[in-house]
Amino acid sequence: MFSPHSDLLHDKDSLNRFLPWLIAFMVFLMILAMAGMLVLNAITARWDRGISGTLTVQIMPKENPEKNAERLQQVLAILARMPEVASYEALNDDQLMVLLEPWLGITAEAHDLPLPGLVDVELKPDADLDVPAFAKRLAARVPGASIDDHRVWLERLVSLIETAQGLAALVVVFIVLATIGTVVFTTRTGLVIHREAIEVLHLIGAQDSYVARQFAGRALALGLKGGAIGLLLALPTLFGIGILARQMDSSLLPDFTLTPSHWAVLAGLPLAVAFIAMLTARLTVMKMLSRML
Amino acid sequence: MSNDENEPMVRFENVGLRYGLGPEVLQDVTFSLAPGSFHFLIGDSGAGKSSLLKLIYLALKPSRGLISLFGRDIATTLRREFPAMRQRVGVVFQEFRLLKHLSAFDNVALPLRVAGARKSEIQKHVVELLSWVGLKDHLDARPPTLSGGQQQRVSIARAVIAGPKLLLADEPTGNIDDRMGMRLMYLFEELNKLGTTVVIATHNKHLVERMNYPKMYLDEGWLDMVDPAPGTTGTGKFASAPLDKAPAADESGESHPDLEKLF
Repeated sequence: MFSPHSDLLHDKDSLNRFLPWLIAFMVFLMILAMAGMLVLNAITARWDRGISGTLTVQIMPKENPEKNAERLQQVLAILARMPEVASYEALNDDQLMVLLEPWLGITAEAHDLPLPGLVDVELKPDADLDVPAFAKRLAARVPGASIDDHRVWLERLVSLIETAQGLAALVVVFIVLATIGTVVFTTRTGLVIHREAIEVLHLIGAQDSYVARQFAGRALALGLKGGAIGLLLALPTLFGIGILARQMDSSLLPDFTLTPSHWAVLAGLPLAVAFIAMLTARLTVMKMLSRML
Repeated sequence: MSNDENEPMVRFENVGLRYGLGPEVLQDVTFSLAPGSFHFLIGDSGAGKSSLLKLIYLALKPSRGLISLFGRDIATTLRREFPAMRQRVGVVFQEFRLLKHLSAFDNVALPLRVAGARKSEIQKHVVELLSWVGLKDHLDARPPTLSGGQQQRVSIARAVIAGPKLLLADEPTGNIDDRMGMRLMYLFEELNKLGTTVVIATHNKHLVERMNYPKMYLDEGWLDMVDPAPGTTGTGKFASAPLDKAPAADESGESHPDLEKLF
């Protein structure tokens, strides 16, 4: 594929000068866009899990506090019998106060206020629970019990992220197409000035594959060089973004970390681009030769 | 590839050639070249000399007629078999066609590399041949830095380096002085004596008169063959010069024992 010894020492031609840099920039952009898409994918996947994995059961307070406790016990009993439930925990008054603190202040006394009962429910990962139906059943058996599955506000957030994700995918697709176009066009243009060399090699009895190998090997080398430059430019950029994201320390946003498989995909991009350059050179030369006798 | 002793190296039968829809540049060309023959191809510029040579070295397909090379009809030969045939044909192009970004050494080495020769072999043969054509000190020079005559010698060296069975030269002495011209003609003669069939296209009357070889005249696409050797039926459009009838080369010049080893 890539011969260490080429019979044609190539001069400083347009292929040599432009191809590596064009590839470097395209690979840089492609890696950033791809990394963005992968991170967004990870975020939505996590939030999707979050939505389907947890529920909060809320029991609205009634006049009689004893009745409230009784209703809470009823709810817990129902949850205990459900096969879909992995674990559940009723929040005690102290935990509730912590949650309400931003609104009520620390001086508020829990006993003076009619607080709802809250139960955190974690579902089994493979649980297939029809949440609205369950909510109806629960409300019928325990008056005032309702279910908040976080869906309403998370759904909006997720649809926003999904839009961004779709855009990122579109950007990646465009950049990939532009990269392929640039590599193909530059390689072909660069080979035009070697037409004479291709013809002479042909006339002194070189096989088509021999001639194609000379140029394909070189396009691969130039492609790898450009890809390596692009990758080297992209890595510090990605690390920089990662550090900034971690500094934000937001509990809402999952951390911007790429898994090893993501890194593998990103590192594979320059290789793929170099391969495209090689393939283009080979096909272009073969096409030129096929027009000769 | 096998061709028996009597099979002509090159055979044309009623060959016509036209470019696109233009007029025929070659018309009803018929001739054959016996193995080991030596011919001059003579004609004014534009008479079709280069076109005729291109047909022989498989750069062009005839519009009509039959061409066989090394005993094989090229119309029925597969395209992938052409490279092996081309490797047995050495061509000195009129415009040299050297690769500008390669050194003289690498240009001359190309046919050997294409044929897959060993590195040590390439090194030895190329240096020897370039020394012999007087370019020992220009092994690393790139063609644009060489004079026209020097480039021509590089291109001749490239044509003969692989020891071709058939040597075609298009105006090989156009850019060099008479002394070097005769020296190169001597090289062609030596190759011919070693069995290479030679065709030299030229309009250098000097050269043609000094060397007594059969002549092929091309005039506006029509070919006439004149064989100076007595007793041959060199009439009309067909003739051949068998090896035993080829005139003896002038042996009085300097001898080049190295040349034998080269090929």
